[in-house]
Amino acid sequence: MKISVVKNILEANDRIAQQNRAFFDEKNLMVINLMSSPGAGKTSLLEKTIHGVKDVMRVGVIEGDVQSTRDAERIAKSGVPVAQINTGGACHLDGNMIRETFESFNFDDLDLLVVENVGNLVCPAEFKVGEDFKAMILSVTEGDDKPCKYPLMFRESKLLFINKIDLLPYVDCSVQSIREEALNINPALIFFEISCKTGEGLDAWYRWLKETVDAGKSS
Amino acid sequence: MHEMSIAHSLIEIVKEEMIKNDVRMLKAVRVHIGQMSAIVPESLSFCFEVMTSGTELEGTRLSMEIIPLEGVCTDCERAFEIQDFVFLCPQCGSRNIQTIAGRDLSIVEMEVES
Repeated sequence: MKISVVKNILEANDRIAQQNRAFFDEKNLMVINLMSSPGAGKTSLLEKTIHGVKDVMRVGVIEGDVQSTRDAERIAKSGVPVAQINTGGACHLDGNMIRETFESFNFDDLDLLVVENVGNLVCPAEFKVGEDFKAMILSVTEGDDKPCKYPLMFRESKLLFINKIDLLPYVDCSVQSIREEALNINPALIFFEISCKTGEGLDAWYRWLKETVDAGKSS
Repeated sequence: MHEMSIAHSLIEIVKEEMIKNDVRMLKAVRVHIGQMSAIVPESLSFCFEVMTSGTELEGTRLSMEIIPLEGVCTDCERAFEIQDFVFLCPQCGSRNIQTIAGRDLSIVEMEVES
């Protein structure tokens, strides 16, 4: 005998993520889920951004790593509230892990919360955590074939940071090719070509971020 | 790599449904896996087997159907299969494509002893 059961396997997580989202909305807080492979520059971008927008918005950070508190220590030096999640092996953050950090923050004192996901180009794209949108970083040292190889993350993201552009003379990577292939997957993708090392391109990102947070506040 | 947590969620739903439908023995579970989901079927199958061994679900067959990625053009309304993850309408060239299938990760059916 067959019983029909049509159910989304991720519904338990989706439900918690929705609750997180409703909570963040109530606090008038914008939340970004930041994803990339390990070493692409998530923490570096955060350090730069915290510094770059410190006069115009209050930022909080949730750090997701398999192990260690190194990233949280780096972010804490920037003087912003930070919580570290150690997944103990799991390759992504989920809604419940985010909810468990709530008591570490006073969300009324924040304008922006960035969730730095576990370094991984595959799994984090599948799990909502309660974010307003997902953003990803691809560094030019990883190569321009990544959009085709990991389409889901490119499809799910609103922003794509192409990082380490100061290294372009030394690597075989075409930014144009990244743009073309990523746009095939996600025509609405917004690009920022940046170098966290030299600071190139970051001002445009800070401007976009400020406008977007302001727009969120007034809506 | 996250197939373990997917298998866990899947098993939770299956157990709930078994209670709801008063089922004691399960022969098979059928799931749909979208082409665009980040799931490796072999890995999910392995995780399912590991997590059910020694439980009342031991021996339950997991049958997986891969659902091709399909979109519909929001400009000319043409529905089509998306090849190589290129979201481009073959009829009018528009890039305004809404995904209609292939993102699935769902349980669709349970087969029980009758």
